Amino acid sequence: MSQSVPLGSELGTVDSPAAFPPRRAVAGGSSASWGLRITSAAVAGLCLLPLVYLVVRSLQTGSAMIGILTAPATLRIFFNTLLLVIAVSASSALIGGLLAWLTVRTDLPWRRFWGSVTCLPLVLPSYVGAFALIAALGPTGALQRWLAPLGVERLPSLYGFPGAWLALTLFSYPYVQLSVRAALRGLDPSLEEAARSLGMSGPRVLLAVVFPHLRPAFAAGTLLVALYTLSDFGAVSLLQFNAFTRAIHVHYTSALDRGGAAVLALLLVAFTFGILAVEYRLRGRARYYRSSAGSLRRARLAPLGAWKIPAIAFCVLLSFLALGLPVLVTGYWLLQGGTAATHATPTAMLAFNSLFVSAAASVLCVLAGLPIVIHAVRHPSPAGRWSERSAYIGHALPGIVVALSLVFFGARYAPVLYQTLFMLLLAYLVLFLPLAIGCLRATLLQISPRLEEASRTLGMTSRQTFRSVTLPLLRPGLLTGAALVFLTCMKELPATLLLGPTGFHTLATRIWGATEEAFFARAAAPALLLVLASACSMWILLRHDEAPS
Amino acid sequence: MTMLQSISKTMLALLCLAAGCGPVGQSGEEAQEITIYSGRSEDLIRPLLAQFTEETGIRVRVRYGQSSEMAATILEEGRNSPADLFFSQDAGALGALHHAHRLATLPDGLLERVDPAFRSPNGAWVGVSGRARVVVYNPTRVSPEELPVDLAGFCAPEWRGRVGWAPPNASFQSFVTAMRVTRGDAAAREWLRCMQANGARAFAKNTPILAAVASGEIDVGLSNHYYLHTLEKEQGRAIDARNHYPEGGTLINVAGVGLLRTSPRQPLALEFVRFLLSESAQHYFTHTTFEYPLARDAVPNDALPPLQTLHPDDLDLSRLDDLGGTLKLLQEAGVL
Repeated sequence: MSQSVPLGSELGTVDSPAAFPPRRAVAGGSSASWGLRITSAAVAGLCLLPLVYLVVRSLQTGSAMIGILTAPATLRIFFNTLLLVIAVSASSALIGGLLAWLTVRTDLPWRRFWGSVTCLPLVLPSYVGAFALIAALGPTGALQRWLAPLGVERLPSLYGFPGAWLALTLFSYPYVQLSVRAALRGLDPSLEEAARSLGMSGPRVLLAVVFPHLRPAFAAGTLLVALYTLSDFGAVSLLQFNAFTRAIHVHYTSALDRGGAAVLALLLVAFTFGILAVEYRLRGRARYYRSSAGSLRRARLAPLGAWKIPAIAFCVLLSFLALGLPVLVTGYWLLQGGTAATHATPTAMLAFNSLFVSAAASVLCVLAGLPIVIHAVRHPSPAGRWSERSAYIGHALPGIVVALSLVFFGARYAPVLYQTLFMLLLAYLVLFLPLAIGCLRATLLQISPRLEEASRTLGMTSRQTFRSVTLPLLRPGLLTGAALVFLTCMKELPATLLLGPTGFHTLATRIWGATEEAFFARAAAPALLLVLASACSMWILLRHDEAPS
Repeated sequence: MTMLQSISKTMLALLCLAAGCGPVGQSGEEAQEITIYSGRSEDLIRPLLAQFTEETGIRVRVRYGQSSEMAATILEEGRNSPADLFFSQDAGALGALHHAHRLATLPDGLLERVDPAFRSPNGAWVGVSGRARVVVYNPTRVSPEELPVDLAGFCAPEWRGRVGWAPPNASFQSFVTAMRVTRGDAAAREWLRCMQANGARAFAKNTPILAAVASGEIDVGLSNHYYLHTLEKEQGRAIDARNHYPEGGTLINVAGVGLLRTSPRQPLALEFVRFLLSESAQHYFTHTTFEYPLARDAVPNDALPPLQTLHPDDLDLSRLDDLGGTLKLLQEAGVL
């Protein structure tokens, strides 16, 4: 399996002369070089492994498959999931888009602080976040106890759809925020200046000029939210909402029925392709790059004026709900105290493990995402489109399904790699590649292929062109993609448990182990460390992003 | 772009390193080391493992996860499974491995240390500790006298919306299977339907049920006995929850261990099974995790009702393996 990952040279095969599009390659035009085709096909092939596994396992169920597919329960979870995906996607797009604009393009006080704080909810494992929401806003949660003197005996139930919707929105809107943020930063300010000089008002410029250019970024971010909603297990199970993932888990936990789980997971894959088709229509096919040399000036910051107060209130409220509450609840666990736990791995080592695998996974995903995106964007063809789509499958499936499929292939066909860190990173690649692809794609669309062509006509090789023209311009997308993978990877659980080296623990696995037995005090320190370590990494990454290129 | 490049180079170097040193300890040293896949969490069993290594000199490598996930992993690994032992939180996952012919038969000497009720009749696995199914109630909202004698009593209108259960949870499902075995499918289905109609609240697992009972969100919950004790010990104070042991007896779920047929280190692995049934390990289960010790000669915890009074005579644990049938029943009743 090792050949499917572009690890051969530094910066992967993308960097090789063969991989870069030949001179005549322009958007909407020619065919890709063989190097590029092979690399992107190899990455896509790796991402298709879970699908192969699911087909193998589903076929073993034989005629029972029909029974599972036509059961009324299956139809019910199908509509439940559809409803949840639509609601969470819409609310996340709204919140994420607004936050991106506020923190990039307005004179909001402490913009950078809000920019990094508001994307942190991404690192919270959903079983911790959902637990915190229940502890705070549940029928007899902290809020109710504060309201009790006013005669409030219990709050309206958080369980079911409202809770699942709230939790998933709060923990996944940063996908949209980060994608849109990268696109806003790559947008040529001269467009808006031209529109303004032609007499358009600020809000109209935003709607008629800026927003259409952000469409690919919105589509990419919202797609990730939709897929996350499909795949998350912690929130829907704790908040008692019956979605696909919960049903799939039930098949594993109840009867170790891997066939039944596979049938449902295949249905989930079909669902995913439906979402991808919708996204394909939404993203539009217009050109997003500037036709002229463009301007490297910073965009003018929109004055918020009287809106400053509501804008800050919005940021505060959101950060409080999505980050403050879980941190407060975790802090409360810490204060409650408990017996000291003995563990084989000290907590500092856990933090190092988490940071190390997450950083490695983010670099790997960005490197593997490049050939797929270049192939799909610069050489539109059915092959490129399908490689890109296959990359999304892993992110829509529950982690346990992807992990088991790699257990299946790893233990059987690559025993040397099985249960090594390398194998774990391959699993992260399959799970999180779309996070990198979405951002890379949105950024690459903003880069004119004419620039690359000009570089080639001036005698530069494709390798030099890629390094000195494309890569520097791709920077916002590279950094954002890496950040998304990093944050999501910090909390990953099923693949880490099943595929990591035996005895390898991360902050996420420790938190899980302790909450499993309700030893919340023991989960508190690693949970706070998880937020803290991620906050520092975010701060560094985004500060780099702020620096003028 | 030099920053990106240098980061990439460093990461790739580290990656190669990671790939190179991945499979730890595949040297000659391996002789004194066993690998356990554990459905029981590190927080619960780590002190026990340390004690084992101290007593026998055998090192232990452990992979932790949920019992069902660990069992599914062993099934997917096939012949190449690195696991020597499977330490499961419930008998169902062990039964599934046995049905897939993945477990070796344990020696009679070990099996006989445990009452036949708590081990596999074919000798494929042996129970080492037990947990009783109980009704957890909030003493500030319910008095024990109000609790119905039979669980069917929770179908009565006065319990509407006050009861929590955990249908996705393996021990709840074992309990439903036990009900099917003792009272028949029709009775079990009827009970599930009436509970569902009476607004039983479906939690993801047992610990949130306990939290909801203690906070007064629900008044009673169907759970395992030991969470209450471990939680009170952990927090060092009493919480607003009590265990009620049903009078007619209740199901005892077992945590048990099975030896993998594919293990090349079976003699060493058996040392661990032997250790789990030893006096010191049984004492650990009795007083640290507040479970029922299952070795015949173990001294039970005085604070808990005796096992003999709880376990109904007519219930054979080996008959609890029709998990597929229970899943189907739960789905038909609209509970899952």
